[in-house]
Amino acid sequence: MINIFKIAARNLLRYKRRTLLTSLLITVGVVMVILFSGLSGSFKQMMIGLITDATLAQMQIHKKGYVSSIDTSPLNLNLGPKAYGKVRDMLEKNPLVESYSPRIKLGAMLSNYKETTNIRLNAIKPDSEIKVCPALPDRITFRDRESGQGLINPGEIIIPDKLAKGLKIKQGDTVVLVAHNKEGSVNGLNFTVAGVIESVAGPQGKEGYIHIKDARDLLRIDKPEVTEVAIRTRDFNRIDMLYAEINSALAEYKNPKGNPMFEIHTWEALSPFYNIARMIDLMAMSMKIIMIAIVLISILNVMMMSVYERIREIGTIAAIGTAPGKIMGLFLAEGFSLGLISTLFANAIGVGAIYILNIHKITFSFGRTENLLLSPSVNFNELIWVSAIVLLVSIFATIQPAYKASKMEPVDALRHV
Amino acid sequence: MSLVTAKNLSKTYITGEVGVEALKGLDFEIEPASFISFVGPSGSGKTTLLNLIGCLDKATEGELIVAGKRVSDLDRRQGADFRGSALGFIFQSFNLLPVLTAYENVEYPLVMIKNESKATRTEMVLKVLESVGMLDQKDKFPDQLSGGQKQRVAVARALVTQPKLVLADEPTANLDHATAKNVIQLMRAMRDEFGTTFVFSTHDPRVMHEAEVIHTLEDGRLTHTEQGSDRRGNHD
Repeated sequence: MINIFKIAARNLLRYKRRTLLTSLLITVGVVMVILFSGLSGSFKQMMIGLITDATLAQMQIHKKGYVSSIDTSPLNLNLGPKAYGKVRDMLEKNPLVESYSPRIKLGAMLSNYKETTNIRLNAIKPDSEIKVCPALPDRITFRDRESGQGLINPGEIIIPDKLAKGLKIKQGDTVVLVAHNKEGSVNGLNFTVAGVIESVAGPQGKEGYIHIKDARDLLRIDKPEVTEVAIRTRDFNRIDMLYAEINSALAEYKNPKGNPMFEIHTWEALSPFYNIARMIDLMAMSMKIIMIAIVLISILNVMMMSVYERIREIGTIAAIGTAPGKIMGLFLAEGFSLGLISTLFANAIGVGAIYILNIHKITFSFGRTENLLLSPSVNFNELIWVSAIVLLVSIFATIQPAYKASKMEPVDALRHV
Repeated sequence: MSLVTAKNLSKTYITGEVGVEALKGLDFEIEPASFISFVGPSGSGKTTLLNLIGCLDKATEGELIVAGKRVSDLDRRQGADFRGSALGFIFQSFNLLPVLTAYENVEYPLVMIKNESKATRTEMVLKVLESVGMLDQKDKFPDQLSGGQKQRVAVARALVTQPKLVLADEPTANLDHATAKNVIQLMRAMRDEFGTTFVFSTHDPRVMHEAEVIHTLEDGRLTHTEQGSDRRGNHD
């Protein structure tokens, strides 16, 4: 076997320029795939992280029908104390659930005493919310806030940065929130601006935050109702399993009409970024298909040329007794070696390029989110997967020329001029 | 017992709708350890005959037994195995593999056909390279060797598997007279040293008489057989 590869390597070096060009072509194709996967994968992970760790959370449970009318923030679709109790008990028992956080979502009017505008708010329990969205504090700019003071206290509001800029509201200012409760009566409360939150793309990306107790006061909710329960799993890769388990458990609860009482959605169903993520995956797949085509055509071309140019040699080795299978093996080894050398080069260059990209920090804007720092990473599973594709395609592309070589009649091949 | 026996051996090539009779009813025998030449002008059937003996082609009619095997019965794979084990080949254009050194060219049949161990290969290759006088050139690639040196390496490659029969098709056609004579003498010396039967074809009158037995072919027919000037006994 070693000798077969030694002969294959010598034959590749025999046509140095052709081998170099083909190898270069394959290398460029593979490097493109590695770079694209590294960059797009990093972008995707960052955005998913932003969505799940800093805004939406990984999953949300609502009263049935809430998500379809989410734009109006309907308070009449809140979960009552009993319903929330059932959800809480079920989540407490599931070992895959790391944490959960109840939220009240509401729309209100925000006034700085000079101007008034609409604002959408998340009313949260700060301790629970930080466990579900651990990256949420990273989006918030606090002023004069000491550690240990918590994310938000009763009487405080965190305002979206665009809104703060538009109304010229600074941290420490007092603002008024006016909201309708579900019966239609209006109530208003004063709040101190504790911080400004950076806007991000997607739902809940431009919403303010208040304490859940304040929301109940503002909306005059006597009972501990919640709009949604945000959930974080212990293992993000097992989110589908957790979804299935919770969905199955929730399905047991029916309303008086016999319809399901709850609905559960993962971030994929709640965020439009999921479609972008799918498009990125599709583009990555397209890159791989282009790479496969490059490898297939270039190696097939080189090996066909190689067989055609060496017909007399094939006749000679066949005449002196080389079995057809070994002749085929010689050419397969040649195609495989070409693919192997190219993919090794490409992996080295691709990893090096990603390392360089990480040194020179790349920042970009996405939607209303600015200064996103891209940290492309090498996914070693992806490297192995891409390398395996190249090697398999190399062998596949060589089969036909190698088979042709092995089937040559030595007497005809020796006559070839 | 003869090493090669041909009875009424014929070969017809079909090109389109026309049949060309390359060999017409040949009968001959070749004894073990003999040194035989088939001579004749171009197109007389020498190469076709050597291809049939070498299991590279199949006769249209007649019977051909080589080293005890009825070669027409061998399929593709069996033919390859038989060539690798019982036959050696020397070609007009040397046909050395350009990517391998002289040593590696000689070693090739032992690696790819015989699957010999490294130690055995080294011993056999060095022995045969020394016999053909190419030991000091063993690390050179074919393009670094002269025509005569290439043919010596080709002789070594043909002999390294210790075949019963070596077939050489016009082995001196691409060599000058002195070198051609040297190569023929080398082949004969190898016959003497290893007891291998050599059959070569030539149309070069300067070397054809170096054989012990000379078969003359004309238009696919064996027209004449004579004893050469250098019979085996003369070299003992």
